[in-house]
Amino acid sequence: MAQTAPPSPNPHSAEAFAQGAASEQERPNRDRLKRAALREGVSVSVLSVPALLLVFFGLILPCGWLLLLSFVGADGSLSWENYQRMIDSPSYYRIFVTTFQISLLTTLICVALGYPLAYVITLLPKSLVALALLAVLLPFWTSMLVRTYAWLVILQNNGVINSMLIRNGIIDAPIALVHNFTGTLIGTAHIMLPFLVLPLYNAMRSIDRGLILAAANLGASPTVRFWTVYFPLTLPGLIAGALLVFVLSLGFYITPAILGGGRVIMAAMRIQSSVALYANWGAASAIAAVLLLATIVFLLISLWLSRHVFGSRGR
Amino acid sequence: MSKDEPKFTNSEGGLRAPALPIDLRNVTKTYGKLTALDNVSLEIGAGEFLSLLGPSGSGKTTLLMVIAGFIRPDHGALVVGGRDMVVQPPHKRDLGMVFQNYALFPNMSVAGNVGYPLRLRRVPAREAAERTEKALEMVRLGGYGERSIDALSGGQRQRVALARAIVFEPRILLMDEPLSALDKQLREQMQIEIRRIHDELGITTIYVTHDQREALTMSDRIAVIDHGRFMQVDTPRALYDQPLNRFVASFIGESNFLPATLSSGKPYFGDMPLRMTRPVPEGASHQLMVRPEKLRIVQDGAPEGDFHNRFPATTRQVVFQGDSALVYAILADGSEVSMRLPSRAGSGTALPEPGQSVTLGLHEDDTVLVAE
Amino acid sequence: MLRWLQGSAWDQVPHLRRLWLYLVAFLVMFVLVVPSLVVIPMSFSASRYLEFPPSGYSLDWYRALFGSSTWMSAIRTSLTVAALTVLVATPAGTLAAYVIILARPRAATLMQGALLGPILVPIIMIGVGLFYVYARMGLLNSVTGLVLAHSMLALPLVMVTVLAGFRTCDMNQEMVARSLGASRPVAFLTVTVPQIKRSILTAMLLSFLVSLDEVIIALFISGGDRSTITRLMFNSLRDEIDPVIAAISTLLILISIISVLIIHLLSTARSAREKT
Repeated sequence: MAQTAPPSPNPHSAEAFAQGAASEQERPNRDRLKRAALREGVSVSVLSVPALLLVFFGLILPCGWLLLLSFVGADGSLSWENYQRMIDSPSYYRIFVTTFQISLLTTLICVALGYPLAYVITLLPKSLVALALLAVLLPFWTSMLVRTYAWLVILQNNGVINSMLIRNGIIDAPIALVHNFTGTLIGTAHIMLPFLVLPLYNAMRSIDRGLILAAANLGASPTVRFWTVYFPLTLPGLIAGALLVFVLSLGFYITPAILGGGRVIMAAMRIQSSVALYANWGAASAIAAVLLLATIVFLLISLWLSRHVFGSRGR
Repeated sequence: MSKDEPKFTNSEGGLRAPALPIDLRNVTKTYGKLTALDNVSLEIGAGEFLSLLGPSGSGKTTLLMVIAGFIRPDHGALVVGGRDMVVQPPHKRDLGMVFQNYALFPNMSVAGNVGYPLRLRRVPAREAAERTEKALEMVRLGGYGERSIDALSGGQRQRVALARAIVFEPRILLMDEPLSALDKQLREQMQIEIRRIHDELGITTIYVTHDQREALTMSDRIAVIDHGRFMQVDTPRALYDQPLNRFVASFIGESNFLPATLSSGKPYFGDMPLRMTRPVPEGASHQLMVRPEKLRIVQDGAPEGDFHNRFPATTRQVVFQGDSALVYAILADGSEVSMRLPSRAGSGTALPEPGQSVTLGLHEDDTVLVAE
Repeated sequence: MLRWLQGSAWDQVPHLRRLWLYLVAFLVMFVLVVPSLVVIPMSFSASRYLEFPPSGYSLDWYRALFGSSTWMSAIRTSLTVAALTVLVATPAGTLAAYVIILARPRAATLMQGALLGPILVPIIMIGVGLFYVYARMGLLNSVTGLVLAHSMLALPLVMVTVLAGFRTCDMNQEMVARSLGASRPVAFLTVTVPQIKRSILTAMLLSFLVSLDEVIIALFISGGDRSTITRLMFNSLRDEIDPVIAAISTLLILISIISVLIIHLLSTARSAREKT
């Protein structure tokens, strides 16, 4: 290297050096500041690592693994057979139809009962609002098992309703209210109702009351006001709540498993029995994948509606 | 800290920190395509009260945040007392800061707020209590220590915020529009107070404001900033009397701008040569800046001191405003000027009638050309 | 009450004209709240069989509950797991919320989305997936496995609750604290945390309830002497109903009522504070 080095310093490197010095003069501390910014960014983002690790190990890893499993056939090779079987077998078809029926009916019941409730809460004087909200929050935070058990007590053949009806001579023999479709629907709707009422109430509360009063001043009757002004304004909240209830119902397990009495099979129950009874991971994971896909699709619809259809009007 | 070194108590018994000069060099901050600070450099003397004055979005708060350490510039040096602090985190810069919304901690009492920086510095409890009380006395809130923040008025909150920012003898005090939430009377009172505290402490102070009158009242020097560049950095007097450019002239005080030309270095209004004692600032084109109160009506032919520059005009409108009257007049070339005349008896000339022909005189010292 | 009925709601419609609507809403509230309360008299029943109202009253089922080693061990497991979940989920979720507050909008949205995942993905899927993964990691039937899973489930609630707390307090204050000489962690702990302590307490209670009431994941990954209350309850409800369930349900309802009341008080105290 000493031999090949020219006697005078390399003109290019000298120039480069001079440029570097000039840039430090004109742009002092540029690199130090960049490094400091990076350091600070890292030191802040590192705080989210515990949460992200939890989500990774508790959610992404198991669900990802399950999705992979759904593409593994009985012989251990990659295949579509788990999905193929779902299409071919009528029993799967029945399960999805039942799941869809229960979810849809649950959503409709929740809308029918939840809308008037949320609406009335907005009309109440302040002191009663807190009490009414407690009536929604209390069941929301009561164990689903406890609530399901309570419905079992109420709906059974010798339960509250049947014994009351028999005692009053309205019926002679108990009606089957539980361990069937009806019981499943009642229990599921009861569990899901707060999921609709709470977001809907929040949406209703944020509506500008001046608009409704303006409509009143323009001479619109209460009914006209409600349907032309108020109801359209609550639609984004209603649809968001309804889609939430629908999506949660699709994957619901506890209440249908207990109140359905084995006669009403929903997708989640089939997943459980595939794994627990038959150790058929392929079948279970394929149903789970379909469930996840349906959930994602409906969530995206909800997101899209809130952004594009109601986005300009809703806020 | 040894006992022989009375570090914070001076002979008057007030708080005093060693003031430090600040040297900002080539500071640039960009947000994507937007340049908030465009390669600004500024030297601030030890103990100086400097205001950063500019419209909203001019970059004045960005610059303050760069000094405080909350905004990291793309490049630049921030030399405080000989040390480059630009990569130091905010808590190691040892500067007091007062925010626009006070930002007092609601979970602490008044004394808790003021003593907070002392607790962080592990000052012994007794000494901390003494210094807290002293700082509260300095802002005229002695004895308020036990009160809760909720019980204070806006002006009192402002004072607590100030006490909290000076109690630990920082070398620099930064204030971000601290008076903008107060009403006019309280604001004027606090301006005097803040300046008094600055003078007592001798602390280097940087004060951000968009209120030119506030800046003129309080500052040793004012840096007028717009679009992330300094338009002029000078004393209040110089900024007012001799702004370098039209932005500064129009941002500070009222002014009229009249077309002016330079012919072989000599200034002209139309074809009338202008007599002036002040230098002509650099720039491609210039305008004659006239403050309304500098104009007066002179009698034709009568020599009146140094009011050499005379403009024939026709008054258009006279507006009586109590302490003074505003007269709008049309000059020979059609441009309109406003003129403020004192409303006092024996001020020489009575107020003119609208439509009257008059001659306006401008003192050669008040004849200022500004760059476009 | 009568005077109120003669008045009008804010939209100028007289209350009397809408009486039917109020009745509907009241019925819905009744159906929401009252059915769960049926289990309370049931738990004091003297009979082995489901009958309502009970023909006689006794404390038999509470005696049976507290005398059963299976149930007592389940109660211990559930309470341990719930307490540990609070200790893991609250700090993790709070710090994540803090990062979201500080992050640029796009990164914040992304992270919020990731942390909301646990309430959006069907729980049955998480349960099966965890069963599969835990079987390979040796975490089945362990307290650790339950705590990790329940902490993950509680994260979204902690995050949303604490974020709401952050939004009500002035983040400028942390800047002030830092300018006064506090490092970021010190500023966070001495200035911000005391102001959002109600949100953090709420988040702690919520994560406790989430863990205590969680059924499906416990069904898959807990068992043996590490069974949770909910696992035992579920199996009993599905197969053959043990009246002890009424007793444990009553206790769970009590915990829910107390928690909801505390949360309610915390939130009203918070909004009262905002008004001043």
